[in-house]
Amino acid sequence: MANEKGTSETRLMKGNEALAEAAFRAGMQAYFGYPITPQSEVLEYLAAQAPNHPDVVILQAESELAAINMVHGAAGAGARSMISSSSPGISLMQECLSYMTCAQLPALIVNVQRGGPGLGTIYPSQGDYFQAVKGGGHGDYHLIVLAPASVQEMVDFVFDAFRLSEKYRNPAMILADGAIGQMMEKVTLPPAGSLPKTEAPWATTGKSHTHERNVITSLYIQAERMEKHNLILQAKYIQMQKEVRWEEIRTEDAAIVLVAFGLMSRICEKTVDLAREKGLKVGLLRPITLYPFPTNAIAKLAKSAKAFLTVEMNAGQMVEDVRLAVDGKRPVDFYGRMGGMIPSPEEVLVHVESIAEKLQAVPV
Amino acid sequence: MEPVANIDGMELVYKKPHTLTDTPMHYCPGCSHGVVHKILMEVIDELGIQEETIGVAPVGCSVFAYEYMNIDMQEAAHGRASAVATGIKRVLPNKYVFSYQGDGDLAAIGTGETVHTVNRGENILMLFINNGIYGMTGGQMAPTSLIGMKTTTTPFGREASTMGNPLKITELLAQLPGAYFVTRHSVHNTAAVRKLKKAIAASFKYQKLNKGTCFIEVVSNCPSNWKMTPVESNEWLEKNMFPFYPLGDIKVPKS
Repeated sequence: MANEKGTSETRLMKGNEALAEAAFRAGMQAYFGYPITPQSEVLEYLAAQAPNHPDVVILQAESELAAINMVHGAAGAGARSMISSSSPGISLMQECLSYMTCAQLPALIVNVQRGGPGLGTIYPSQGDYFQAVKGGGHGDYHLIVLAPASVQEMVDFVFDAFRLSEKYRNPAMILADGAIGQMMEKVTLPPAGSLPKTEAPWATTGKSHTHERNVITSLYIQAERMEKHNLILQAKYIQMQKEVRWEEIRTEDAAIVLVAFGLMSRICEKTVDLAREKGLKVGLLRPITLYPFPTNAIAKLAKSAKAFLTVEMNAGQMVEDVRLAVDGKRPVDFYGRMGGMIPSPEEVLVHVESIAEKLQAVPV
Repeated sequence: MEPVANIDGMELVYKKPHTLTDTPMHYCPGCSHGVVHKILMEVIDELGIQEETIGVAPVGCSVFAYEYMNIDMQEAAHGRASAVATGIKRVLPNKYVFSYQGDGDLAAIGTGETVHTVNRGENILMLFINNGIYGMTGGQMAPTSLIGMKTTTTPFGREASTMGNPLKITELLAQLPGAYFVTRHSVHNTAAVRKLKKAIAASFKYQKLNKGTCFIEVVSNCPSNWKMTPVESNEWLEKNMFPFYPLGDIKVPKS
C-alpha cells in the first residue's frame, strides 16, 4: 500500500518493516545495507517499495564495511542517510562510525541486535550495549543511542534519531533487538514529509564560487589541532545531555527499582505488576536514550529506593552505568541471560523476591 | 632565457591552474603526486567543472590531497574511497566524482570496494597511483611491489612463494562489464604527462555519459622509499615497472 502524503496511518506491521516504512516517511534520501538476520526485512521492504520512492537511493553493498562508507559519502554530500544491520555487521562498521563522528556527519544507524560474541546466534540480545554507548570504535566519541521497546518506537525513533543526528551533526543509533525487529504490533505511521530537513552548508555538493571549498575529514595531524577538535566534540556531548529521555513506572513509593531498557523493560513492567500483586513495592526505570544516559534520574531514585536490580539480555553491561549513577549509595544487583535467551517476568520476580528478603533481614 | 624584472607585455605561456591551491605540497622532491594533482586540476579548470566536481582522498601519501585541490572533497578511511565516492555519486548523480587512491589503498585493503565499485559500473573516475610501495608509512611492501623488490618489510626482496605476486588489478578490473574506460599511464616525462592529461579529460567526458567506471592507473615513482634520486627513480621506473605494468589503453569505449 503506497503511503499517502500528509496523512498518518495505522497498520499491523513487523518491527523491521515498520522501521523501513518510517524511514521513507521521515524523508530518508539514501539507504545502504547488507543482508544479515534478524534485520534483512529492512532492505527487502525498502527494495520492494522503491518504485514508489524514485528519488530515494537504495543500494545493497558488497559488505557492511562498504555500506557504511557509502553512508559517509552520501551523508557528507548532505543526504539524509541510513544504514541497518545486526551485531556482527555493526562491528564491521565501527571504524567508519569513528570517522563519521569525528567528521561530524549525521546519519541513522540501526542495530537489530542478535546474541554474541562471534557469529553467535540470530536470537535477540542486548549484548552490544557497551559498543553502542561507549563509542565502539577508536578514539573519544559517542553515538546518540535510542532503545525502542515496541514496534511503535521503531517508527517514532527513526524521526527522533534523524532529527537529533542532524541537530548535533553526529551519527545516531537505534539499538533494537531481534525480537522487536521480528514481532508484529499495531503502529501509527506519521505522515510523510513531517520531518523538516536541516540545512547542511558544510556538505560536499560542489564548491560554490561564493564560498570556500567544503572538506570533510577526520584528520588533524598536529596534536594541538586534534585536541582542539576533540574539545569541540566533547562540548557537543555535554550539550547532548539535555536530550536524555527515560520512563518511570511506579517508582514513587518503590523500595526496589528495576532498571531495564528495550525489550527487557517491557518484560520488567510485567514483573512490577506481579511483584505489586504480592505486596512488594517495586518500580521500573527505563532509559529510553542510552546515550545520553539518565544518570541524574537514577541518582534521584537512589535517595528514595532501597535497592536496584538491573535486568539485561547480556552478562551485565548497563549495570555499570547504573552503579555509577547510584554511586555506592544503594546495592545494585544484576540479573541477565545471554546468547539469545530472554528472561521471563517470573524469572525476574524470583530475583526481586530474594532482594526483598535481604532488605527485610537488614533494616535500612 | 634572460631573467626578467618586469613581465609586463610578455606573453603568458604557463600558469598554475586556479583549482590548485597555493598551499605548499608536502610531497617529496621528484614524487609523481604533485604532477598528477596539477594536471587533474588543469583538466578541471579547462572543462570549467570546479563547482561540479567532488573528490575523495585516500589514506596514504595523498591523504592531504584536499589541501591542494580547491574543490569540495571528502577524506575516506583506508581502502574505502570508492565506497565513499559511490555514496556521493548516488545522491549527486549529475556531479563529477573521482577517487584518488594509492596501491595499498586501492589494491590491498580496499580491493573489495574497488572490484565492486567497478562491477556496479559507478559513474566515477578512479585515479590509481601505483608506485609499488607504501609511501606514507615509510616504504613497506605493497600489493604491486615487484618480485625481488626490497622494501622495509621485504628486506631480502619480495618472493612470490611466500608473499604472492604483484597484483595487476587494472587488467583484472578491465574484465568487468562495469568498466567503461581503463588505461595505464605515467608522468615520467612530458609526453607521458600530456597523454595522461588527455585520458583524464576523456574520462570526465565519459562520466557525463553515465556508461560506467573510468579507471586510470598512473605508474609512479617513490624516490624517498625507493632510496633513489628523482632521476634514478624515473630510470628505474622505465626499466622495471613498465615491463610488468605496460603503459597504454586496456579497455576503450567502442565508438
